[in-house]
Amino acid sequence: MNLFSSPAAHANEDRRLMLLIPCPYCGPRNQIEFTYGGDATVRRPAMKECPADPVSAWVDAVYVRDNPCGPHDEWWLHGAGCRSWFMVRRDTRTHEILASARIGEAFAGEPR
Amino acid sequence: MTQRFRLPTGGIVDRTRPLAFTFDGVPYQGYGGDTLASALLANGVHLVGRSFKYHRPRGIFSAGTEEPNALVQLARGAHTEPNARATTLELYDGMTASSQNCWPSVRHDIGAVNNAMSRLIPAGFYYKTFMWPPTPRWWLRYEQVIRRAAGMGRAATQPDPDSYEHQYAHCDVLVIGGGTTGLAAARAAALAGARVILCEQNVDCGAAPLPAGTKIDQTPASEWIAAVASELLRHPEVTLLVRTTAFGYYDGSLVGAIERVTDHLAAPPAHGPRERLWKIRATAVVLATGAIERGIVYANNDLPGTLLASAARTYVERYAVRPGDRAVMFTNNDGAYADALALQAGGVDIAAIVDARTDAQSSGILTARARDAGMVIVSAATLIGAHGNRHVAAVDVASRAGVPAQRIDCDLVCVSGGWNPAVHLYSQARGKLRYDEVLASFVPESSPLPIIPAGAANGCLGLSEALAEGHAAGIAAARQAGRIAALLAPPRADPLATAPLQPLWAVPAARKSARRFVDLQNDVTVNDIALAAREGYQAVEHLKRYTTLGMGTDQGKTSNIIGLALLAEQLGVPIPRVGTTTFRPPYTPVTLGAFPGHESGAHVAPTRYSAMHAWHVEHGARFVNAGLWKRPHSYPRAGESEDDAVNREARSVRTTVGVVDVSTLGKIELQGRDVAELLNRLYINRWDTLAIGRCRYGVMLRDDGMVMDDGTTSRLSDTHYLMTTTTVNAVKVMQHLEYLLQTQWPELDVYATSVTEQWAAMALSGPKARDVLAGLVDIELSNAAFPFLAVGTCNVRAASDDPAGAIPARLFRMSYSGELAYEIHVPCHRGLAMWEAVLAAGEAFGIMPYGTEAMGTLRIEKGHVVIGPEADGRTTADDLGMGKLVNAGKWCIGKPLLDRSALTAADRWQLVGLTALGDAPIPRGAKIVADPERKAPNPMLGHVTSWCWSPNVDAWIALALLANGRARHGDTLWAVSPLAGAKVRVQVGPPCFIDPDGERLRV
Repeated sequence: MNLFSSPAAHANEDRRLMLLIPCPYCGPRNQIEFTYGGDATVRRPAMKECPADPVSAWVDAVYVRDNPCGPHDEWWLHGAGCRSWFMVRRDTRTHEILASARIGEAFAGEPR
Repeated sequence: MTQRFRLPTGGIVDRTRPLAFTFDGVPYQGYGGDTLASALLANGVHLVGRSFKYHRPRGIFSAGTEEPNALVQLARGAHTEPNARATTLELYDGMTASSQNCWPSVRHDIGAVNNAMSRLIPAGFYYKTFMWPPTPRWWLRYEQVIRRAAGMGRAATQPDPDSYEHQYAHCDVLVIGGGTTGLAAARAAALAGARVILCEQNVDCGAAPLPAGTKIDQTPASEWIAAVASELLRHPEVTLLVRTTAFGYYDGSLVGAIERVTDHLAAPPAHGPRERLWKIRATAVVLATGAIERGIVYANNDLPGTLLASAARTYVERYAVRPGDRAVMFTNNDGAYADALALQAGGVDIAAIVDARTDAQSSGILTARARDAGMVIVSAATLIGAHGNRHVAAVDVASRAGVPAQRIDCDLVCVSGGWNPAVHLYSQARGKLRYDEVLASFVPESSPLPIIPAGAANGCLGLSEALAEGHAAGIAAARQAGRIAALLAPPRADPLATAPLQPLWAVPAARKSARRFVDLQNDVTVNDIALAAREGYQAVEHLKRYTTLGMGTDQGKTSNIIGLALLAEQLGVPIPRVGTTTFRPPYTPVTLGAFPGHESGAHVAPTRYSAMHAWHVEHGARFVNAGLWKRPHSYPRAGESEDDAVNREARSVRTTVGVVDVSTLGKIELQGRDVAELLNRLYINRWDTLAIGRCRYGVMLRDDGMVMDDGTTSRLSDTHYLMTTTTVNAVKVMQHLEYLLQTQWPELDVYATSVTEQWAAMALSGPKARDVLAGLVDIELSNAAFPFLAVGTCNVRAASDDPAGAIPARLFRMSYSGELAYEIHVPCHRGLAMWEAVLAAGEAFGIMPYGTEAMGTLRIEKGHVVIGPEADGRTTADDLGMGKLVNAGKWCIGKPLLDRSALTAADRWQLVGLTALGDAPIPRGAKIVADPERKAPNPMLGHVTSWCWSPNVDAWIALALLANGRARHGDTLWAVSPLAGAKVRVQVGPPCFIDPDGERLRV
């Protein structure tokens, strides 16, 4: 999860952004309104669950990432809009936004 | 003698509007409608610059954006612009331009010595020559010289005085290119009901020349063009942008276009943008960008007086300028015949048309017309070389059979080697290109994105076919946007029977030493390409980087394909196997200032001010940036230095009382049944035990166990809490909470709302703090009634003349300074009233405002850590001496990974306090070593994180992270800064210099 760059840094990055991202609540909006929130396929160990080896379970969740070539599900925050987190399916080869989905819901056209 | 080469009639120039301009200091005259290039040619000026590497004389080569040679420096005060293309610069009265890359003048250029030494500076010269001696130091020395010798124009040295703006636009159909194809497409799409934007880079639509007598829909072509353009201009759903170049096709099908708003004006308006950057999102794009003519390479093909054939004709027909008196045409296709006819009509004597094709191969209707016009056609022949000193004087022509060359005198050579579709944006839109054998060029094949190439851009050079394609593309694009076209016939023109081109890239030279230029802008010759291929640079991207083929401001628009063909020839493979280099945006250079637009200077990011900002300004505060906030740094009095002010402010807090604006702290309201559970999961310490009306300090970790942020959270009621964060992390912590609540723990009943902006906040600190406040608030402040870490609400007595009456406030007894202290939060609009009320009540006690710097001194004296210097993303709570806060009985974020052995090792860097022994200040950014005299590498034991002069301890003190620091209390070490040449002996101790038992804050 990369939530940790300063607001000033965001202001500088935003100029170059050009994607149109479909917020599941507000509709398509310019990328300037959104904040990237990292890989949505990562499974954080549940809090109550006490895995046999909590360190390695958390090391997986914190450090280990796939680097897929093609569709990739990721978290985005509509920070300058409804402030909702949601999932975006983006093609890492083309930056094409394929779909977005509310939390706990399936991407359009896909069974849950 | 002015405008000797101007024709008496014709063209778009306005002879009633003479314009004065100077080039290289010489005054000339042109007419309204001219470009700088056409005006120079009207005055017989061809020599406009020196080439990049060999400093050879160069002249105007084209009539458009593809120009490789005619790059000029435009002087307009601070508005100076380098590398401006004379061929696209619209002339205005008083234009001042000069040639580039030459000294002392374009006619006598010292750098031309490079031309004589050219054998010593082949392709890859820099890579081969400056590798020795192999140390970076030498390269840096060489680089200074090379940089001076290379390069083109001079960048402006003053800040850009112009403004630029951005425009977002959405439409159904974007048509790029306003030639006949683009007009047909835009008209068809508009008639289908689509919202259309049409971008044309020229000042008018349909600027490309057509064969004489061409008719569209039975009307003369120029009239048809004018009628359609005016129809589009009037159409309510069509936006027609001229002087606008679509320069890039970006991710998400965003097209960037740059509109030149004022560059053509002699006196631009004082306000308003110079350029406008359009960001256009269209459902479908019609690419009608036309094609760019290429030359044929022969010996000395770079002499001034050499033009692309279509460009020469453009100067005659569009600008009414004769580019020469006596021309030789050199071609391998039919296009040059139409050009020759136009030149002849403009009074240019056609000495010969040299056609590389045989008579049988060049049997088109235009050839017949040229022959009928009495022109000499030399078939199956090539132009093997040109002669002249700074201008073409003659050419040698030979048939391929090896007959002796025939010399023809001329002052103009017009070359046509075929046409390259302008596929740049198509390629940027992930479009695949296909090599077309008939055109001998790359043409669009397929793109996964909604971009439809049409006309010459699609390899369709005939007018009648291009009109039909444009029309069909317009309808197809409109249909993609859900607009169904009414039946409408496409515009028609009579087809013209033409003979196909015979590919010819370079003519062998008679002498080996002859220079044959492929890329005029970068001085890349046929021999350079052969050399690169021999040396193994056989991939097209390698060839480009090794020889610089296709680099520079023109990006090889006229040269790339020739270079690829010659590489293929060298390698003995077909051209499609060689492929093309990547077409990157921008298509033509874009002013850098256009990209930030208004977001420059103070407008790069918003500025945030507290409710008391005006008061701070009025009272002489010096400000410091904290994130986007402006915070008072200190309040120096008249004649007082900043350092003295900080010391005075810090001393007053310890001895009497001070007040500081802390409105910038992040404030998050948390409401719901499960807030305590959320806090338990977020913070390392325990929260379900926090009573109503109390607050507590907490530390939160990142997932990896490192300290992320700290602050206090107060319980205002059973289900209502207020969390504070550090100033710079306010946004980050809010996002973190929302992420966890929305994605991970949706079962928790908690609502989080940022209220940073809604509350003004100040901290009142010092032994007299209670006395000041007691006279203002309506609650009991004794230790029994309102003890340390108590939270409550109260009303504050405002100034008697304040019509709003008492100020409702939240009161917190917490302390950052280590003194008896209260934090007061009031609604933002009452912030100033509260601040003034506190200062008025405190006057009798000697109150003074203090800034962030004194606040820093006070917290260093107490060893309070700050997120950033101490908690730098690599420190754990234990490193900072807060290991005991980590509650063993519960889970929290980051806790599982704290068990990793490296995070509990004995040699972790731990927080300590340092006191300087002596009067010397602890240097900025100091490292800690045991022995400063030891030769490098001197083991670093830690580093200083925060340091200050402490007026209360009366010494230089610091906080530091030190390996195994807690075991080193009492040791004497050194704080050194090799950079500053400073070393100071320091004594290690606990990170607290004042009141270690915390008695003062509980009084």
